[in-house]
Amino acid sequence: MKNWKLKAYGFLIYAFLYIPILVLIILSFNENRQSSVWTSFSLKWYGVLLQNEALWEAVWHSLVVAGWTAFIGTVLGTLTALGLARSRVPGRGLIEALLYLPMILPDIVLGVGGLIFFSAMGFTLGLTTILAAHVGMALSYVVLVLRARLAGMDQALEDAARDLGATPLQAFWHVTLPLLAPGIVAGALLAFTLSLDDFVLAFFMTGPGSNTLPIHVYSMLKKGLTPEVNALSTVLLAGTGLAVWLFQSLTAVGGRQKAKKMEGELTS
Amino acid sequence: MKRRGWLTVIPGVAWLVMTVVIPLVLMILYSLAAGLKSGSPAPTGLGTLVNYTRLVDPLYFRIFQRSLVQAIIATLLCLVMGYPLALLIARSPVGKRERLLLLVIIPFWTNFLVRVTAWIVLLRNTGVLNSLLQWLGLIDQPLELLYTEGAVQVGLVYTLLPLIILPLYSALEKQDARLLDAAADLGAPPSKAFWNVTFPLSIPGVATGGLMVFIAAFGMFVVSDLLGGAKQVLVGNLISNQFGGARNWPFGAATSIVLTLVVIALALVVQRLGKLNEGSERS
Repeated sequence: MKNWKLKAYGFLIYAFLYIPILVLIILSFNENRQSSVWTSFSLKWYGVLLQNEALWEAVWHSLVVAGWTAFIGTVLGTLTALGLARSRVPGRGLIEALLYLPMILPDIVLGVGGLIFFSAMGFTLGLTTILAAHVGMALSYVVLVLRARLAGMDQALEDAARDLGATPLQAFWHVTLPLLAPGIVAGALLAFTLSLDDFVLAFFMTGPGSNTLPIHVYSMLKKGLTPEVNALSTVLLAGTGLAVWLFQSLTAVGGRQKAKKMEGELTS
Repeated sequence: MKRRGWLTVIPGVAWLVMTVVIPLVLMILYSLAAGLKSGSPAPTGLGTLVNYTRLVDPLYFRIFQRSLVQAIIATLLCLVMGYPLALLIARSPVGKRERLLLLVIIPFWTNFLVRVTAWIVLLRNTGVLNSLLQWLGLIDQPLELLYTEGAVQVGLVYTLLPLIILPLYSALEKQDARLLDAAADLGAPPSKAFWNVTFPLSIPGVATGGLMVFIAAFGMFVVSDLLGGAKQVLVGNLISNQFGGARNWPFGAATSIVLTLVVIALALVVQRLGKLNEGSERS
């Protein structure tokens, strides 16, 4: 394909990705309830959102579940990745397969499986069961991120610390952990986002009074598309844009600093 | 510590056993049950295959068939749409690459339901497309766009497209540009260089990305639920109905098990393909 053709094609694909979103954003500022006919600019649907208490409760639930998922998922994920980095792990093949499973199973299978499991065990469905399922889903991704980080790490550094008389715990705390930190932060962010974004698992494992944000959006949509849904979608889009930008600039600054530091070491 | 360091894998593994393995085992158990005890989630009449034989019934078989066809079409469309874009990004100057990639990542991180909502806004009877066509005078009555097979297909492609671009990009970005120079020096026109060099080397990315899209499409229920309504039932909706209104957990469990087996079989084939490819690269 010629270069200009490739560019034109790429432009069309970007248009396909963005036009529906842009239409949604524009219509959220439309005063008319019949939202596809533009009448005049208005922020009234955002005002309606602000007064929706059930929505704010769902937002709070989502943030709590995502926060705990990030915390538990990252602690367990880091421990698992560290354990797997040791040479002798019994049943390594099985553990690898087990970690692979949540990534390839369709969400609906995990959701329905969780529903059967927690009901059969007599648990009350709610935020706790959603959290348990989210940790199970996020764990594999955290381990994946951390193993990539560990693979690029020099084992000799930890050995050197041990040779110089550090206890295993000291070597871990002062050498391994600081080197792993960027991977841990990336893993935690990934777990947080996965949890915040999940609808399917939560849909099957939610109980009365424990709506998360995606479930609330879904029930709003089921009642019918209103300009209020458009406004909420726009707020969520703005949040996503901000998060991606923040994540990118954080990692980019880290990368640039690292590059500068390496340069300094090479020239000194 | 060194020898027993592996013990730290235990909490994570235990969590996965609790949230993935035991549920799958229970699912198999439920799929072999005749029904549920009234008023409790306990299975009764274990040891029957009736839930599996029911799936061969033309009514349910057709749902599987249509889900399969729609998932295959979605995967092919995502590939045809995503590949050139991934190529364009991989061949852009480094500084521009980050920005172009960011434009793919933003929809990818945007909540799934928001992306589906955007298509309801466009497609419904009083939606943007119908209003536009009526305003242009091309139609008198609104076209039935939402709650059709086409709407579900568009929704699948739209929501899953970013998923395939990232693995395609990382496969294409790794390629050595000198390979193309060599092909050109040896007299290959660009199209020949693409089909004989670039594409074969990107097959692992095609396989990974394609598998991810296929799995997500085959087990989908949100897109078909919101854009297809009650008429467009896919496997995912069939399962979800058994655990909702129909309250036939054993049949829902059997359907989930069949879905799981299809997905695992496909993943193993793709993994084998990847290994073969690695082998041929090394030789």
